[in-house]
Amino acid sequence: MTVQMLSIVGAVVAVAVGSISPALAEGRAIAAAMDGIARQPEAAGSLSRTLFVGLAMIETMAIYCLVVAVLLVFANPLMR
Amino acid sequence: MSYSPLENVILFHVGIVPVSRIVVTTWGLMAALTVASWLLTRSLRVDAGGWQAMIETVVLGIEEQIAALLNRDAAPFLPLLGTLFIFLVVANLSGMVPGVRAPTASIETPAALAAIVFLSVHFFGVRIQGLGAYLKGYLRPNPVMLPFNILSELTRSFSLAMRLFGNIMSEELVVAIILVLAGLLVPIPFMAFGILVGLVQAYIFSVLAAVYIGGGIGTIAK
Repeated sequence: MTVQMLSIVGAVVAVAVGSISPALAEGRAIAAAMDGIARQPEAAGSLSRTLFVGLAMIETMAIYCLVVAVLLVFANPLMR
Repeated sequence: MSYSPLENVILFHVGIVPVSRIVVTTWGLMAALTVASWLLTRSLRVDAGGWQAMIETVVLGIEEQIAALLNRDAAPFLPLLGTLFIFLVVANLSGMVPGVRAPTASIETPAALAAIVFLSVHFFGVRIQGLGAYLKGYLRPNPVMLPFNILSELTRSFSLAMRLFGNIMSEELVVAIILVLAGLLVPIPFMAFGILVGLVQAYIFSVLAAVYIGGGIGTIAK
């Protein structure tokens, strides 16, 4: 396999595998927040604010995978 | 590859300084925002008209959010965080205008904004807590955590920039790929989703900046 092929496989694996766990984690976080809002609707404001910050934190992991994939495809140091 | 999200188009040179397309876009947005703010706040009255009521709602809404996040008076932070939010909303949505690339879809603009947030955390921390008390905050919960606290200051600024860049850039990339596969009408739902992503990312960037500043001034536990 050439470096190009390996880089493309690496990019695909990075995005595909790397988005599994953030997806599961975001689902759990939203489910927990929904549960909290259903139990205590008056706390919806502060819950959703915290939820957004938490989702951003979780999503960062997926974004890192995306950045790695973009680096592999567009700015690969091995393909110069 | 003819299109790379990591490259910038250089439009012209001022002396030896190359001026890229995102710089021109950013300065255009800044000029538009400045002129709009000047026009809207030129004649403020006690009995607010339509436009004044609109900007009062926006400014008061931002102030309320910051005060609720920081558990204190929001006045010192309103200029920075409010400007950050309004600029990010306009910058993220400017990608929807034909012929314009959102400045936040290149790595330079988010990196510069994250650097501003990084420096303002220390600025507000030292100004409000005092130098000694602020530096002591790095030794909490115990001095063993000092390297980790310093490391987290750097990595969270990096991830702040990467999150904004990754979201906005990936949104544009997805629209571009869909456009290649199916040109007519199919990209529209993705572009509508892009408006949502742009607004949410502007909100998240501002909220995280407020949270980091709150950690710096000691009203939020780190």
